[in-house]
Amino acid sequence: MTAPVPGRKKASRGLVATDLGFRLGTGLFATMLVALVVAIGFELSRQSMLTIEKFGLNFWRTEVWDPVAGQFGALPFIWGTLYSSILALIISTPIALGIAVFISELCPDWLKQPLVFLTELLAAIPSIVYGLWGIFVLVPAVRAFESSLPAVLRQLPLFSGPPVGVGMLSAALILAVMVVPFSSSVAREVLKSVPGAQREGAYALGATRFEAIRAALFYARTGIVGAVMLGFGRALGETMAVTMVIGSTPKVSLSLFAPQDTMAGVLASQFTEADTELYLSALVEIGLVLFIITLIVNSMSRLLIWSMARSERSSTPVVAAEPVEVTA
Amino acid sequence: MSRTSRRKLLSAVFVGFCALSVLIALVPLAFVLFFVVSEGIQSLNVDFFRNMPKPVGESGGGMANAIVGTLMVTGLGSLFAVPIGILSGVYMSEYAGTRFAAVARFAADTLNGVPSIVIGVFAYGIAVLPFKQFSALAGGLALGIMMIPIIARTTEELLLLVPGTMREGALALGATRARAVFSVVLPSALPGIITGVVLALARIAGETAPLLFTAFSNRFFTTKLNQPVATLTVMVYTYAISPYKDWHRQAWAGALVLIFIVLVCSLLARFATRRLEGMQAR
Repeated sequence: MTAPVPGRKKASRGLVATDLGFRLGTGLFATMLVALVVAIGFELSRQSMLTIEKFGLNFWRTEVWDPVAGQFGALPFIWGTLYSSILALIISTPIALGIAVFISELCPDWLKQPLVFLTELLAAIPSIVYGLWGIFVLVPAVRAFESSLPAVLRQLPLFSGPPVGVGMLSAALILAVMVVPFSSSVAREVLKSVPGAQREGAYALGATRFEAIRAALFYARTGIVGAVMLGFGRALGETMAVTMVIGSTPKVSLSLFAPQDTMAGVLASQFTEADTELYLSALVEIGLVLFIITLIVNSMSRLLIWSMARSERSSTPVVAAEPVEVTA
Repeated sequence: MSRTSRRKLLSAVFVGFCALSVLIALVPLAFVLFFVVSEGIQSLNVDFFRNMPKPVGESGGGMANAIVGTLMVTGLGSLFAVPIGILSGVYMSEYAGTRFAAVARFAADTLNGVPSIVIGVFAYGIAVLPFKQFSALAGGLALGIMMIPIIARTTEELLLLVPGTMREGALALGATRARAVFSVVLPSALPGIITGVVLALARIAGETAPLLFTAFSNRFFTTKLNQPVATLTVMVYTYAISPYKDWHRQAWAGALVLIFIVLVCSLLARFATRRLEGMQAR
């Protein structure tokens, strides 16, 4: 070949240098994303060192939270967060899946877009507005429901305590409403990725609508579990609406009627009142653990959704290959 | 009952359940919107936008300072989130196959899932505690952190939609990678990127939790960045949990304004997406 022209070589080296500069420059900004996540974990650990060293794991086993007396036990908060989120999940999962199935499998085409828009609207309403509505509309309604419950049922531990309205039930209901759009939109995407041949095969075998959709849901089970977990992650960290209706009372109780509190809730209501270093450190530690829990739940849900998408991609050629064989 | 009719019945029940669940989800939506509009409209007037908060008992108070405060913190947040978000999105789409792009993508999704209150605690630790001062800047920082992953991910997805031939054409003409991205790829994805920014704005304009102990609140009017400022959301919160009827009325009015802002942003974003899709179809 011809010898490289000196001028051209120089130009291409310049090109490589600017390309490298571009890559490093934009890469620096991408690094910031990673740095932020690390920085959040680091800063929260640093600020909570005091309680981590002083109480250790006992912090999470102690039931008494009395800042005035200097007693800090976070068990009621982790209990409240998990209990309210799980209750919300129990209420919201069937509804979210029902919506996803209805929109992606059952409803006529002209209805799809409006329904998608409306469920997205449900996600767009700010948490504080749900909270305001919760205080003035939902809580009185829940109170009326609680007092109308027959005395026989009120004996059960699940319904014990005075019917005050604010408490676990209101929190779980409002959380369920807020979680539905998240789980249902992911579940819808997941269902969309189920190959049409799945359903056609089921129908060809004489399946009813329910049986065909059940087959599709079973095919998509990994992604569906991922969608539900994503909703769980949202519920764990939801702050304002829950804080406003749960009653802000640190107590471990099974009762749906009992005012309780959550990790996010105690941060919202007490953070600015923290007057001692120990108090502040205890609150930051609650934030740190909330951060870690949501990190784990979200990563797991994303892994599930990804693995669903990946298996989908790798299985497509197999499906496509079959008819070719038949025609040959 | 024969087996077939039982199966058919089960199927019909299932279809009915799915349709019912849509209705169940729409009931709270209708209820929330109905109450916010009907309660909010009663106390929404010119005074609400023009006046400062008044002491309890005096009527005619407004949220002028909080509206300016919300504009300030969301503006500050965008100022710092838009460049970081767009440029990291550019990296993730231009070097989509690389391992670091996958790491950055994972970090963005992780950041997106961090509860907003935790971001507030973080911003408190790095922007309030060292200066012993709540400030608009700290509030903007917290909101900015929440915007970054949304902007980054939409930018990435939209840049990947730009046909590869456009980028290759620019490169074939001798453009550098940076030139190809900034003169050809980014401009053609611009409406979509603006959509991403507007969507991020819609989400953070309604955020309360990260502002509670960063921007804090202020009964007075201020545009100083190093001072605590009132914001609509925090004001609605304080008023909602107060025992005063008049403040409750104003909280509803504030909620109505918030919903209006969020709706307008969402509709704008939708409109821009439509145009982008139209462009691609052409």
